Order: sequence, then C-alpha cells, then structure tokens
Amino acid sequence: MSETKKFLYVNRKAPYGTIYALESLEVVLIGAAFDQDVTLAFLDDGVFQLTKGQDTGGIGVKNFSPTFRALGDYEVTKLYVEQESLEERGLAAEDLQAVTYEDEDDDWAEKPSIHIVSRAEMADIMADQDVVLSF
Amino acid sequence: MSYQVNGHTIEHDEEGYITTLSDWSEELANVIAETENIDMTDEHWAVVNFLRDYYDEYQIAPAVRVLIKAIKKEMGPEKGNNKYMYELFPYGPAKQACKIAGLPKPTGCV
Repeated sequence: MSETKKFLYVNRKAPYGTIYALESLEVVLIGAAFDQDVTLAFLDDGVFQLTKGQDTGGIGVKNFSPTFRALGDYEVTKLYVEQESLEERGLAAEDLQAVTYEDEDDDWAEKPSIHIVSRAEMADIMADQDVVLSF
Repeated sequence: MSYQVNGHTIEHDEEGYITTLSDWSEELANVIAETENIDMTDEHWAVVNFLRDYYDEYQIAPAVRVLIKAIKKEMGPEKGNNKYMYELFPYGPAKQACKIAGLPKPTGCV
C-alpha cells in the first residue's frame, strides 16, 4: 500500500458561469476512491458554492449543490469555508446549506462537515497539505 | 440509437444510457434490462429504485462502494455486499443498474 497523502481542493469560483466548481466536485468524487486524506477549501467567490436555496432554473444548468451533501458517503468530511470571504460577500454561516457525515467511529453520529475558519487558519490548513489542487 | 417503448422512441448514447433523464419509465427499464440480458426481479427493482431515490436527493449516481455501503445500511448486510450485487448485475451494479434506472453513468466509472 502506498502511503496516504493529504489532498486539498481549493475552490475559489462561483458555482455557475464557469465549469470550475462542478469539475472540482467531480474530481473530488472520483479521487475519493483512492482513500486519501481529502479536505475541501472554499474561499473568494467559492463560498457561493455552498449557499442554500440555489435555483438554476433561469440559466438552464443543473443545480449540483445537493451533491455536496453526498460527500459524507464518500468519506469526504472536511469542508473549510473562509470567514472573511463570507463577510466580504455579505454572507454568514446560516446562508450555507447543512452538510453532514455519519461518524463510523462514534456510533454513526451525524456531525457537520462544514467548518468556518479565519483567513489565518486557512493559511495553516493549506501549509499542512501534501498536494493542493486549485479550481 | 434508441429504445422502442410502447411506440415511443427513446434516444440513448453509444453505451445505452438514455440521454434525457425524464424519458424514464418502468416499461423502459424493462426494455433496457432486456438488452442487458437481465430478468428484472423484485430484488433488481429494489436496487434500481434505490438509485433513482439517491439521484433525486444528491443529483449524482453513486460509486459502487458508496452504493453497496448505502444498501447495506438500508437493507442489511445480506444485500449490501459485492457478491449479492454482482449476482444481480453481473457487469457491475453501478454501471448496469444505473443504465436500467435511467441515470447517467456514475462519475468516475470507466
């Protein structure tokens, strides 16, 4: 067995208008098969990806925001959102959808996957990775 | 390329996945299953319906191991295992069951 590496997927773009957000999520889902230590970061306009109540009816593309809620099934349970990016866009934690996972080591207790962190904490999270993929 | 159901023509891609998800019906599922040489039983339907519910909720078709884990949780370990699933769908539960369920090919499935 090869050793586990720490992978960070950095999401900086709004969910629609470009393909970056959807592609990032697809890579995460595919990569989840490889049993690595996966973390997702949301900053800049990327924080919009996790907002609740998305409705893409007017732009004719699929609303893929429900797919974030499936990440727990793929054992992707660490989603970090930058506090400053939220504030700069007039958003707060309650504007984000709930993403949870069931903790196998704690009798399948349901726990939140999304954690709001400061810009300084985000820098530490990034510095701690083996591989950083930017979208 | 297309399936014929009750006089209707349903388009599919080169691998047999239907191109318009809303075209799906139980009759169509039976037609697709026939082309896959699968005789649909209640056990097959349970998996197909599970996949449709999963897609409805999360907008993706789950990977095989996610499917098996979820079936195990919902229907018990005697059904949530590789052997049982491959007995039902010999060419891959995600691939064949998703095709019959009218879903896109699972992400990361080659």
